[in-house]
Amino acid sequence: MFKKAQNKDFLALEGKRSGISLDNAMIIFSYIALTFVVIIPVFMIIYYTFWDGTKIDFEMFKTVLFQPENLGALKNTAIIGVVTTLLAAVIGVFFAWLLGRSDIPLKGLMRFLFSIPFMIPPFLAAMSWDMMFSGRGGYVNNFLMSLFHLAEAPFNVNSLFGIIVIEVVYYFPFVYMQVVSALERMDPTLEESARIAGASQLYVITHITLPLTIPAISSGMLLVLITSLSNYGIPSLLGFSKNIFTLPTMIVELMNRAEGSFVGIRQAACLSVILVVVVAIALLIQRIVLNVGRYDIIKGKSMRPMLIKLRGAKYPLLIFSLFFLALVVIAPLVMILCISFIKAYGLPITLENFTLAHYQRIFAGSNVMVTSAIKNSLFLGFSAGLICLFLGTMLAYVIYKVKPKGSVVLEMMAVLPYSLPGTVMAIGCILAWSGKIAGINLYNTIWIILVAYIARYLSYVLKSSSAALQQVHPSLEEAARSCGASHLESLKDITLPLIKPAMLSGFFLVFLPCMRELTTSVLLYGPKSRTLGVMIYSLRVNGMIPSAAALSVLTITIIIIMNNLVNYITKDRRK
Amino acid sequence: MNKVELENITVRYGDHTVLDNFSLTIPEGKIIGIVGPSACGKTTVVRAICGFVNPQTGTVKINGNTMYSKEQKVNIAPERRNVGVVFQDYAVWPHLSVYDNVAYPLKKRKVNKEELDKEVKEALRQVNMSSYEKYLPSQLSGGQQQRVAIARALTSSKDLLIMDEPITNLDAKLREQLLVEIRLMQERLGSTIIYITHDQEAALQLCDKIVIMQNDGSIGQIGTDEEIIKDPANKFIFKFIGVSNFLPVKMEDGKCYLDYSEPMLLREGKPEGYPDTDKPVEMGVRPMDVIFDDASPIKAKIIQTVFLGNIYNYFIQLGGQELRVQRITSGGEEDDKYVEGKEVGIRFVGEKYYTREEKADV
Repeated sequence: MFKKAQNKDFLALEGKRSGISLDNAMIIFSYIALTFVVIIPVFMIIYYTFWDGTKIDFEMFKTVLFQPENLGALKNTAIIGVVTTLLAAVIGVFFAWLLGRSDIPLKGLMRFLFSIPFMIPPFLAAMSWDMMFSGRGGYVNNFLMSLFHLAEAPFNVNSLFGIIVIEVVYYFPFVYMQVVSALERMDPTLEESARIAGASQLYVITHITLPLTIPAISSGMLLVLITSLSNYGIPSLLGFSKNIFTLPTMIVELMNRAEGSFVGIRQAACLSVILVVVVAIALLIQRIVLNVGRYDIIKGKSMRPMLIKLRGAKYPLLIFSLFFLALVVIAPLVMILCISFIKAYGLPITLENFTLAHYQRIFAGSNVMVTSAIKNSLFLGFSAGLICLFLGTMLAYVIYKVKPKGSVVLEMMAVLPYSLPGTVMAIGCILAWSGKIAGINLYNTIWIILVAYIARYLSYVLKSSSAALQQVHPSLEEAARSCGASHLESLKDITLPLIKPAMLSGFFLVFLPCMRELTTSVLLYGPKSRTLGVMIYSLRVNGMIPSAAALSVLTITIIIIMNNLVNYITKDRRK
Repeated sequence: MNKVELENITVRYGDHTVLDNFSLTIPEGKIIGIVGPSACGKTTVVRAICGFVNPQTGTVKINGNTMYSKEQKVNIAPERRNVGVVFQDYAVWPHLSVYDNVAYPLKKRKVNKEELDKEVKEALRQVNMSSYEKYLPSQLSGGQQQRVAIARALTSSKDLLIMDEPITNLDAKLREQLLVEIRLMQERLGSTIIYITHDQEAALQLCDKIVIMQNDGSIGQIGTDEEIIKDPANKFIFKFIGVSNFLPVKMEDGKCYLDYSEPMLLREGKPEGYPDTDKPVEMGVRPMDVIFDDASPIKAKIIQTVFLGNIYNYFIQLGGQELRVQRITSGGEEDDKYVEGKEVGIRFVGEKYYTREEKADV
């Protein structure tokens, strides 16, 4: 048996082995894929911004920057971003402390409610708030007006203030999640020793607990700030009617106005660069302000911290929290659900005004556009999920296992789109794939959306797969090699089965945001490639609000089912 | 016949040279220990044999066939070198059962089902793990996982086995037991085993021949356990192979003195092995080779005694220096005689002489 194998080896000795090794093939493929998906679109934005067709040109950039309309959008973006971040931090930290450190009852219920905003697309939340508190004819506004005999609507979400409020209630869970997990991992003896040393409860909270959670608070705030700066759904749904623009909505507006003209597209590209600069500045400031005096006393393992007794404040705080959560989490869902059954938008919400017609239309397939939107989104979710799954896992393998020279470059290329606003990525894709490069024209097809989704969500799989790969010790693969498995076989038999759970959850990490995507698809969709997000958005714009609501309910249902599936899979992995 | 030949192997990681022109020949049918301090390049040697590292220069031959040669541009893939490897961290695949782990090399060789079953059962029997076929690695103890790793290496190649620190992670009793089992198994199968360890005692106990590597990746000495203990090639080997005392000595008027502030006469005339040099010299001596002898003019004071059952451990003070001494428990009056604080005469046997400047950081 050994003799045979040796003879084969000997034959191989004679000539050089032809072809390239598997590792090299994967490295080359990674570079090619990332160049197409990431580098070319980003490069095209810069190219259009500073190249007027014949020479390098900074004039356009200046003109776009100092146009009053754009300056206004810049100002709005900054105000919304900063105020949202600060308010979200205050609310997030408050609830994190309440749930992480006090003896408030019903914690399980509240934790569940906090996880809901993560599942609902922001533009759906905005739509629902618009139904409740729109300045002209929001349901809750009307109710309050008739109750208190008011001449004017008491609330108006179609304003800068409204946008901020919606973003705060939508984004504060980011801060909450970070801080509550930090509080749970914090060594309780740090607080206890302060109490023993004679510090009062309040002193401990303000001088020990809060400073120790600063890293968590800052990373939560960073998430809020970046998401808010690049958010398209909320400001577009609430602001368009009142001509309130932010940078992302302004970019889309410029793109729509351009109608394919070179100058118009260049303006949109310039504004994209400005948006990226704003995000970069935000990142930089955050780092400078909050990097001072960072400490890492938070331990990895979970401990049971001492809970603070709220005594008399317990039930008032409980009622306040439940009311708050009911308003920001449950009410929008109930609102959408009710509207999805209503015969016509504006009719009072009573049983006799209910109908199943909107759902019937969706399921009977009588509205071809709606059916194709569902199909498109499912197709995009599955194919982007699968492609990201393989590309991302391969990238993770190349970056963390093969470790070629320049693997840092590969990693930076792969995570770059993660920090770029979706609007910008979409503009890049339009500029790159409308026939300008090698005659490839994907514009108005579903493929350009797929490419954009892959670019945006690739880093999700990269993260989950690389975390899993780093758990796979190199000797496991080497053991397979020395047992007679080729490189490919060792990957197939050993490495991939070991990281399968992470790959599976990586798939859903891509699938879910694809299902609720609006920002990129609103720029990229064509007549035959509407996505669920785009469909809901355009149904609403065309006044078919109950149909939009019914489709939203369907979308949210799909997302919730998939989300539970992910949780189930990841829980299984921890065992 | 030579099983493995390494010729002029050089391995560099960036600026750091791990192996420089390293050559070693492993004879067939023996257990060869490669021993050396941590990070001396032992693992790099086996990785070069297995094909997990490609040396910058040199040739690797197994069974006389070239597996790797920079000069001839030959590089046989690891899977075709027919080497069974036992990794330090077991590397038992957690998602496969014990049976599937051990069967994997046979499946890759497309052995038919009946023979595969026979071989797996035989390999598991060799390591006393027959009753654990269905278990998953997570259900096994460290020692059991190590046995599975050995069984898997056996089905991969009975012929040539490489074990990289296979028992380091186990407790003392299990280590002892596995060493005996590895020896018995090798005798049954006639395999060639390359055994890597930093634990010189395990190597001395198990191996037919020991290769001692020094910190710079070069080979300090190759020999049997007896040769290495009795005749260490240099100060490093002497120090590495066991506990040692070093006492400063000098020659004056043809006599050898202990070089303390008050010199003490050690030997009349030049001792055997005393280097021909003007440089300062020191004497290395093992704890067992320091003999309590009241007749000796060299007097030391006992600082501490530790009873370890079959032997006594002493710390004694001589010329401001502390020495380690061991004495076999006699069971008689002598045991009670050498107590803490007592002054004793000492003499030395089997001592070695080295220049003081010779480097020997273990």
